[in-house]
Order: sequence, then C-alpha cells, then structure tokens
Amino acid sequence: MALGGFFSRLKQGLARSTAKLSEGLGTVFVKRKLDDAALEELEDLLIGADLGTDVARRVIAAFRRSRFGREVSEHEIRESLAEEIAAILRPVAIPLVIDRALKPHVVLVVGVNGTGKTTTVGKLAQSYTEQGMRPMLAACDTFRAAAVEQLQVWGQRTGAPVMAAPANSDAAGLAFDALTRARAEGFDVLLIDTAGRLHNKAALMGELQKIIRVLRKQDPSAPHSVLLVLDATTGQNALQQVNVFKEMVDVTGLAVTKLDGSARGGIVVALAEAFAMPVHAVGVGEQAGDLRAFDAGDFARGLVGL
Amino acid sequence: MFDALTSKLSTVFEGLRRRGALNETDVLEALREVRLALLDADVALPVVKDFITRVRERAIGQEVIDSVSPGQQVVKIVNDVLIEQLGGAGAVALNLNAVAPIPILMVGLQGSGKTTTSGKIGLRLSTRLRKKVLLASLDTQRPAAQLQLQVLAGQAGVGSLPIVPGETPLQIARRAMETGRREVYDIVILDTAGRLSIDAELMEQVREIRAETNPAETLLVVDAMTGQDAVNTAKAFNDALGITGIVMTRMDGDARGGAALSMRAVTGAPIKLTGSGEKLDALEDFHPERVAGRILGQGDVLGLVERASENLDQEEAEKLARKIAKGRFDLDDFAAQLKQITKMGSISSILGMLPGAGKLQAQLEASGGAAGLDKKVINRQAAIISSMTVKERRAPDIIKASRKKRIAAGSGVTVQDVNKLLKQFDDMSSMMKRMNKLGQKGLMRHGLSALMPGQRGGGQQRRGY
Ligand SMILES: Nc1nc2c(ncn2[C@@H]2O[C@H](COP(=O)(O)OP(=O)(O)OP(=O)(O)O)[C@@H](O)[C@H]2O)c(=O)[nH]1
Ligand SMILES: [Mg+2]
Repeated sequence: MALGGFFSRLKQGLARSTAKLSEGLGTVFVKRKLDDAALEELEDLLIGADLGTDVARRVIAAFRRSRFGREVSEHEIRESLAEEIAAILRPVAIPLVIDRALKPHVVLVVGVNGTGKTTTVGKLAQSYTEQGMRPMLAACDTFRAAAVEQLQVWGQRTGAPVMAAPANSDAAGLAFDALTRARAEGFDVLLIDTAGRLHNKAALMGELQKIIRVLRKQDPSAPHSVLLVLDATTGQNALQQVNVFKEMVDVTGLAVTKLDGSARGGIVVALAEAFAMPVHAVGVGEQAGDLRAFDAGDFARGLVGL
Repeated sequence: MFDALTSKLSTVFEGLRRRGALNETDVLEALREVRLALLDADVALPVVKDFITRVRERAIGQEVIDSVSPGQQVVKIVNDVLIEQLGGAGAVALNLNAVAPIPILMVGLQGSGKTTTSGKIGLRLSTRLRKKVLLASLDTQRPAAQLQLQVLAGQAGVGSLPIVPGETPLQIARRAMETGRREVYDIVILDTAGRLSIDAELMEQVREIRAETNPAETLLVVDAMTGQDAVNTAKAFNDALGITGIVMTRMDGDARGGAALSMRAVTGAPIKLTGSGEKLDALEDFHPERVAGRILGQGDVLGLVERASENLDQEEAEKLARKIAKGRFDLDDFAAQLKQITKMGSISSILGMLPGAGKLQAQLEASGGAAGLDKKVINRQAAIISSMTVKERRAPDIIKASRKKRIAAGSGVTVQDVNKLLKQFDDMSSMMKRMNKLGQKGLMRHGLSALMPGQRGGGQQRRGY
C-alpha cells in the first residue's frame, strides 16, 4: 500500500472517531482565558472520551501548571493537550516485531467476547504476508458456533493455512498440533485465535493457561507474544480486563479495535498509565487492510481533533 | 448498602453529626462523590449531569431521618432516582402484540452480542411461550455469521432461514417474512450485521429493512462494558430506527454497567433483557433495582439469589439452612454444598455478583489458590469426604494423623489435600456462624465482606484492582 494512502486512511479512521470530542473542544475554546471553568470543561471532555476521572484529572492538573490564566486559541489548546497525552502514550507505542529466527514466532490472541480477535488475526495474517512472511492460523475457538468457519474465510482471504479441529474439541490439543506443524513446515508466524472469554471466569482463564502450558512442551519460549484485543468502546472495565489477563496469561501487548467508530478509545491512556502495557496496533475497519501500527502522536492528536 | 459510596459519603458528612434538613452545601459536596461513582461506573457524562440535578432537587431540604446518617440518606435518594431512571421497579416484557409472523429486529455495534441474543430470545419464546420461531441472519458482512445463527437455531431447536449466498440483507429480510407467513411462524427474528452508528450507508440500509418489515420490537443490543460512547450509539440508533427496547449483554462480567443508565436516558426505551452467559438459556429479565445496586458498586445480590434458587435443590437448601440455623454444619453438609455449588456454574461468576467479593476471592486465593475454585478440585474434595466414616463426618475434630492417612489413601490424595479440605471446612463453618449472627438482612446490607474475619462491610475499592 502506498504511504499516502496509508496516512489518509489512518486519518480518516481516527478523524471519525474523534469528531465528537473535537466538536466539543471547538465550542468550548474559541479564544478565551484558560481559567478554572475552562479547565473543568476540558476535564469533562476527556472524561467523555473514556480517559476516566483519575487520568483526566491528572492530565488537566499538568495542563493547569503550564497554561493557567493564559489567553489561548483553540488551536494552541489542542496542540498542547495532544502533546500532554502523547507524552503518556509514547512509551507504550511499541510495534509487535516478529522474530523470523523462531520459525514460528507464536502469537496467542486473547480477549473478551466480540472484541475483534478473529478479525485481528486475519488482518495480522494479511500484514505478515505482505511483508513476505509465511503465517499459519490456528482456529482454537472450538466453542463458539461457526468460529472455525469464520477464521477459515480469513485464511482464504489472506492465503494463510488454517489448522482446525471439530467443534468442542480441546483447544490446547489443537494449539499443540498447530505448533508441531508450523515447526515442521518452517512457518514464520503461528497466529492462535482463541474463544472470547470474560476475565472473571476462572475456569475459562484456566483453559488459556492450559494452551500456554501445552505450547511450552514443544517450545519453552512460546508463546512469544500474547496479544490482548480490546474494543475501543470499552469503558473503565478495560482496566480490570487488562489486569486479569495480564496476571493469568502474561499479556505482552494490546490491539485496540473499532477505532473507526464514534468511540475514541481514551481508555488506552488510562491503560498506559496503569500498566505501561505496550499498544501494538489499532483496528480501523472490518477489512483485511484495516490494521495500523499504534502511533502515540497521531492517536493523541486524533483524540483532540487535530 | 452500597459500601463504596456510603463510606465515601460518610467521610463527606463526617463531623456533621447533627439532625435536621440536608442543606445545600452538604448536598453539593456529597454529589461530587456521587458524580465520580457514576462516572467510574461508565455512566455517560451528560447523563450523569442530568442525574445529579435530579438528586440535588430531591435532596436539598429533605429531613434526615433520625435513624440514618446524612450520607445514608443521600445514598438512599441516589438509589431511588437511579431505579426510577432505569425504568422503575419490575421487568418489561417483549411486545408481541402484532399479527403473526411477528418480526423482531436486532441491531447494534459490531461484537455487541446480537447473534447470540437472537438465539437466546428464540429459545425463550419457543420454550416459555410455545411460539414457533424462525431465525434469519441478515449479516452478509462478517464471515460465517449466517452459519453461526443457523447453528444456534439448531441448538435452540427453532427454525432457521436457509442460507442463500449473494442476497442483500433487504432481500433476506423479505424472504424471511415470506417464509414466516408461508410456514406459519409466530415470530421471525431478524439478526442484522454489526454497524457503526456513524456509518451513514449501513444505517440507511437497516432503516430500509425496518421500513420493509415493520418489526414489533427493534432491540438495540449493547455490551455492559460499554463506556462513554453509549450515548452516541444509543442516540444514533434511536434517531435512525426508533428503538423499542434494549438488551444488555455480558452482565456476567464484572463491569458496573453504567451504560444501562446512559442508554435508557438517551432513548427512553426500556431495557428489557440481559444476557448473562454464553449458553442459550443465559437470558434474564432486566430488573432496574438490581442494576442500580451494581452501578453503585453494591453487587447484584438479588441476581445471585435468583440464580441460586433456579439452580439449587430447594429441599436441600432448606435442610442446609435449618442446620446452619442450629449451628450444626458437618462435613456431610459441606459435601452437599460443594455439589450444589458446581450446579450453579463457575464460582467466580457467582462471586462477581457479590459486593465485597474481591476480598473473598483474595482469601480463597490465599487458602488454596485459584485452583480451589475449579470443578475438578471440588470433585476431589467430595471424594475425600466420601472416604470418611459417618462418625468422622459428623465430628471432624476426631480426624487426627492416622485417620488422615487412611482417608488420603482411600481417596487417592495426599494428607496435605485432606488438611486443606479440613481447613476449608473450618473456614466455612466459622463463616456460617458469622452469617447466622448477621441474619438475612445484615447479609444483604453488608454483602460478603461482612463475613470476612476482622472487617465489617468496609466496602470495595473504587476500582477492583
Ligand atoms: N468497525 C470495525 N469493526 C471491527 C473491527 N475489528 C473487528 N470488527 C468487527 O467486530 C465484530 C466482531 O469481530 P470478531 O473478530 O468476530 O471478534 P472476536 O473477538 O473474534 O469475537 P468472538 O470470537 O465471538 O469472541 C465483527 O463484526 C468484526 O467485523 C474494527 O477495527 N472496526
Ligand atoms: Mg473470534
């Protein structure tokens, strides 16, 4: 994909997701003094973007220290607020780098129901293929109806082979077989799609741990990445999700999906503060090409409507 | 009630230990805490503001009843207004007042749970109301979505519209209604593709489907974990389609579910149903009073009680209750209880419904780890108990070293496992004793945390981590 196309699509996706917030900013800050009332409104705007009350308060407090009482233009407000947020996000903007020596680099994809795991696996497969790697997919959601068929469609779209097993068979067993085959055939990446599960269900979290245990019988360093897929519409519960998944399955990074919608994904800022959890990628649509690297500056500027 | 908020508010009102009417300054201060509590529960900001205004109007000037603190008084008002705003007490049923086949249109964002909910509603209407239900997937967007609904229809034992590749959603909707008429179905559930509220083209498409089929219910399916965006989604779908009801999914998670309040406030449409699990029977009526407690951080105690009473053997439970009341709880009862617990499903999902459960979970963690929650372990414990003699089960105190060894050998476990079980039994019986003292009312008020040694209803942290 041409670079120009890349950026315009990214902008398109993010612009839509931030239209609401920027509208708010526009009406609030058409040249005025940055006083208490203005700062409070600004704090509300951040809360309305799912940053959470704590983080919004802290961002605004830092903002107050540097700008309080100044006469400021709307543009200046946005620039500096974006910079404030970008500074929080920059340390977590870490791409998922595939180690091509591993053959395969095993990526376990996890998350609560419906966040976009399967779609993200498809998008990753597409991206790796474009980069000249050979990915293989494992349909370890053996629970949800038609989950296997869904991933198989992604396999066809991206040309990646899909390892599958009959409905309700053991997901860990399938993961094991997939790894065996990926090793034998020298695949670069093994993407393991798993069933959606709520983090507060101990038994289901145990199943994920079992997948990991079984993978390690073959390769003690696997999985090399554990990608938690998070829906941008999620509110404060995302903190709980990340906390539990991290504890139970050592999540190594996040993919944030559905940023093409009206949700702004501000919870990512709270997650960066609370867990310093790397954000690898963002999803901005339902097609194979709709995955982007997470860029702190772009995200923050998009968040405030720049 | 409402541990977290109550304890915050009592700090606000500290030193105010006087009687009389709530004055404006006190109330405003208290409402700041209420605002934070609601925002942390994901109630959308504009909705919170409106809510706070209502509470303020009602609270200022109100007499503080002798027996309660000003903090409790404000919380009571908050709770009352919350229940009102969520739709008042009691559940609202699906509207099926139309000529058969009655169309029900399912709409919502991607991944909100429309397809699973379609299957659940199909199952409910066919089993409870003996309706002949046809499920039709209009989702030509997501790979294998139509197949997914077809599989669910099979599981629910209801009809499913044959899949014809290449049709548009509107064509499928028409064919579904024709099939409904021809094959004399009572209900036709139209499951649509997930769409973004800002996707004008797809919103127009679903508007056409609605105009074509004229559904008796247009149900917006929303995830209970939804954050501030709930207002945008609700408004966009309502403006485009005229939502007649809302379904909140993933209520078995531990999100506080403030989106319920946002959605209801924006659309005015009642929340009719809640999804509480992946199985097709995990669909429940929406009870505002329960969700109010959940939003305020109290936990869904009533939901738990309902689930318990649906799943537990009533006679067993009563027998157990009588024994507990008499302070006689032995290992046989313990074994019976373990069996009941496995029937209720995952223990952590049960704990998730209780106030102060974070602490209990931590305690269980400490005495046996997360593994202590797992079915296999429970089965093993049952095996240990069944290797004991009747006398040992009645009076566990007599189980000393040699008996332990025999029991361990008999049930194929280690002495350590036997010790662990005895320790759990000990914990459980002392918990029972505390529960007895507290009584039913006290348990509702303070939640599980009241049962923890050395603390009384101290409340959860604002966030559970
Ligand atoms: N608009 C938009 N939709 C997305 C994005 N990512 C995923 N989706 C959609 O979200 C819905 C759910 O995606 P899935 O990939 O099936 O989610 P999942 O996590 O695998 O779901 P389960 O396996 O059922 O838990 C589908 O309709 C996807 O097309 C995104 O970035 N933007
Ligand atoms: Mg999936």
